[in-house]
Amino acid sequence: MSEHIFEMENISKEFPGVKALDGVTFRVKKGEIHALVGENGAGKSTLMKVLSGVYPYGSYTGHIRVRGEEVQFKHIKDSEATGIVVIYQELALVRQLNICENMFLGNEVQTAGIINWHEAFNRTKTFLKEVGLDVNPETKVINLGIGQQQLVEIAKALSKNAEILILDEPTAALNEEDSRNLLNILRGLKAKGVTCIYISHKLEEVMSIADSVTVLRDGHSIHSQDIHADGGMTEDKMINLMVGRKLTSRFPRKDHQAGAVVMEVKNWTVFHPELQGKKIIDNISFKIRRGEILGIAGLMGAGRTELFLSLFGRSYGVDITGEIVMNGDKVEFHSPGDAINAGFTYLSEDRKGKGLVLGMDIQSNITMASLRKLRKGANQEKGVDKEVSRGGVINSLKEVRVANHYVKQLAIKTPSVEQKVQNLSGGNQQKVVIGKWLMADPQVLILDEPTRGIDVGAKFEIYNLMNELVDRGVAIVMISSELPEVLGMSDRVLVIHQGRLTGELPWQEATQEKAMYYATGGH
Amino acid sequence: MELRNRSLTEIIVSGFKTNINQYAMFIALIGIWIIFQILTGGNFITPRNLSNLLGQNIYIAILAMGMVLVMVAGHIDLSVGFLGGASGALAAVLAHSFGFPVWAIILCALFFGFLIGCWQGFWIAYAGVPAFIVSLGTYMVMKGLIVFILQSQTVYTPDAFNIFGQGFLPQLWLKGDVGSPGVPFHDLSMIIGIAAIVLFWIFEFSSRANRVRYGFEVLPITLQLGKLILISVLIGLIFAIQTFYVGISYAFLLLIFFGLLFTFITTKTVFGRHVFALGGNKEAARLSGINIKFRTMTIFMIMGTMAAVSGIIFTGRLASATPAGGTLWELDAIAACVIGGTSTMGGEGTIIGAIIGAFVIGSINNGLFLMNAPFEVQYIVKGLVLVLAVWFDITSKKRR
Repeated sequence: MSEHIFEMENISKEFPGVKALDGVTFRVKKGEIHALVGENGAGKSTLMKVLSGVYPYGSYTGHIRVRGEEVQFKHIKDSEATGIVVIYQELALVRQLNICENMFLGNEVQTAGIINWHEAFNRTKTFLKEVGLDVNPETKVINLGIGQQQLVEIAKALSKNAEILILDEPTAALNEEDSRNLLNILRGLKAKGVTCIYISHKLEEVMSIADSVTVLRDGHSIHSQDIHADGGMTEDKMINLMVGRKLTSRFPRKDHQAGAVVMEVKNWTVFHPELQGKKIIDNISFKIRRGEILGIAGLMGAGRTELFLSLFGRSYGVDITGEIVMNGDKVEFHSPGDAINAGFTYLSEDRKGKGLVLGMDIQSNITMASLRKLRKGANQEKGVDKEVSRGGVINSLKEVRVANHYVKQLAIKTPSVEQKVQNLSGGNQQKVVIGKWLMADPQVLILDEPTRGIDVGAKFEIYNLMNELVDRGVAIVMISSELPEVLGMSDRVLVIHQGRLTGELPWQEATQEKAMYYATGGH
Repeated sequence: MELRNRSLTEIIVSGFKTNINQYAMFIALIGIWIIFQILTGGNFITPRNLSNLLGQNIYIAILAMGMVLVMVAGHIDLSVGFLGGASGALAAVLAHSFGFPVWAIILCALFFGFLIGCWQGFWIAYAGVPAFIVSLGTYMVMKGLIVFILQSQTVYTPDAFNIFGQGFLPQLWLKGDVGSPGVPFHDLSMIIGIAAIVLFWIFEFSSRANRVRYGFEVLPITLQLGKLILISVLIGLIFAIQTFYVGISYAFLLLIFFGLLFTFITTKTVFGRHVFALGGNKEAARLSGINIKFRTMTIFMIMGTMAAVSGIIFTGRLASATPAGGTLWELDAIAACVIGGTSTMGGEGTIIGAIIGAFVIGSINNGLFLMNAPFEVQYIVKGLVLVLAVWFDITSKKRR
């Protein structure tokens, strides 16, 4: 028997059009804490889903051996039977149920379908003690802090006799004290012989807790070592390994002339809508200039989307404080409508959930944000009359004409503007949303993950369009998880880490290493 | 989709496919009529019965129109039946016990419906209480209010009020009832019917001319004419039924008025578009700057007012308000919407569909009544038809 508790050999996994994992090898020794690091989209989560049977045997190629024996998981239950338990980033607890009920959900302490609550209660107490959580097992999960919920998840995993615990970004939502507490619990579990896979963007934590580290990049496992071997691992080394690819000319960079400041945000602070006292955005100030592309970089959960949603008519968060100045005047956006009226528009990262009404046709989606009194001077675009509605009545002929204008301008592939949006491809759907915001005549256009899930050709078209808009004097803010995209397109890059602005880089100075350094919390 | 390059049959087939639900509903209505015509031994399709059928169900069709807005927005309103009943009761008591003039009691009833709509809209839109619960609460409140207003009595309404429920337009120059010697038809009704067809043609041709002016595709002229003639025949039939019986009722005029108004609201106004958008995807609507709270509130204000209209028509038809008024109207109205293709999930629905749906429900009631089927059978049949209609809707959507 090898010293490894499990080995994944030459794992490849393809999604339509994307090779998510390409010959990945991942070996973990018994009783160690093994960190798995890499950029967004490097394949960490996919690899763990292969290991846990979420992607069943047959949907990937390669071999998995647990304790030296070849396994073929068809279902999560199969992997759990060998002691592998995953704790996901989004906690999988039923918030309305209490701890005890959650602990044995789907795995109840039962005889012939009747639950033995006394037994379940006692066992819950034992497991809670193991993770150092001193609360009544009958407490509803909704009444627990996020850190405590995380501990309940771990206790739940232990109740399943977990020997290999996979934690996906366990501290992403925790404050520092809870994070420290969690790391201590993990050290305690390690002492009891539990093996942990620790996925994290916080390299500082990785350095403090991990015994070994494996780096993934673009679906390849490119490096694996003991943290103290080979002269020791460092955060800088990890960053180099994570981003190590070369920038290609996939991005049509153009020189832009940044003009006057069109929007300024001062001391913007936002609190989490449910977790009391948790700051999501912490005192951020920045300026947006006419005619520039401002890139926003940061890791998942850093608060990028939340920042701009909260600016966009307070669409996220509570207890928002701070100031917005547009064209020299202090403004307040109480609703998205206010923001749109002022020329501040936001394209959501969630195209289907928040961008489009899928069951409606192209023309209705394009005019959706503009069936209102147009802003002064907003109807200046040549060759198109945007005043589709007057006195609350829609002129359907004008509407078709304006929709056709954008279909043509954005090269949306569709037989007609009466086509339902749900029948379009992802790239064309995204262009419809862009059309919606162009029609609203923005001064500032926020593009949140504008190229997510669309093919390379459409991506390039969207990049070109961004340049075109900037030339027309629109200020563009691009939020993206793909660092090469941010660096390749932006004139200036802001980096956000845990709700704080940690770096600002002009594009000439922006490198992946620098951006990653700030994104992981460096100052 | 270049129309010019496609053959006539292709256009007809694709047009039929995209509108299959509406055609199916219409075909179902005709099918139900034929079945009852056979089962009742020829008593169903007569001017007299169809005229009755029309009159009996206008109040449900009116309710269903408001309900389309509510359901398209993804909500439900269970209170509309008793709200209609309470509005009728209020009107009756104001006239009977307080001697209010007719115009005043109608305004009071409408305002009452509007106020209750505001009340519900506030709780649903601003306080975030689910519409199901809010309207269930209002349902009970209204039930209590009806009994309180009427003091458990039946209260009779004045004739001037009753014309909205049972009055017919006067003859212009022909004297006497239709069918009496020298009076083969109702002259004013015939004029209105012909005027309706003429207006329809003018409207269609002007919108065709507009499309040409804007450079949009139009149907080939032969097909356009075929469509016009077919719809004209339908309009003609609907008017003929009444013209050769007792004439057009005031309630029917209200039905036409509200039908056109609501079709306009749902298809041509910003408000209507926003209702469909927020029913289709609330988040996307909100982030497009639509004030979804106020829109939602407005929907319920309209619904409340329509419930009052419905109550006025029904009370007038009975010439009295009874403590049982309004019982189960809401279920007929919801069923009418659903049979007419309104999605229970929100985002989809048409006014014409809901009107046809109301007459499908009404035809079942009427036919079973003619067959002397017991009361309880009506419920059973209606319940089964409702489930079948939704099943048809779901499967036909899956196939597309």
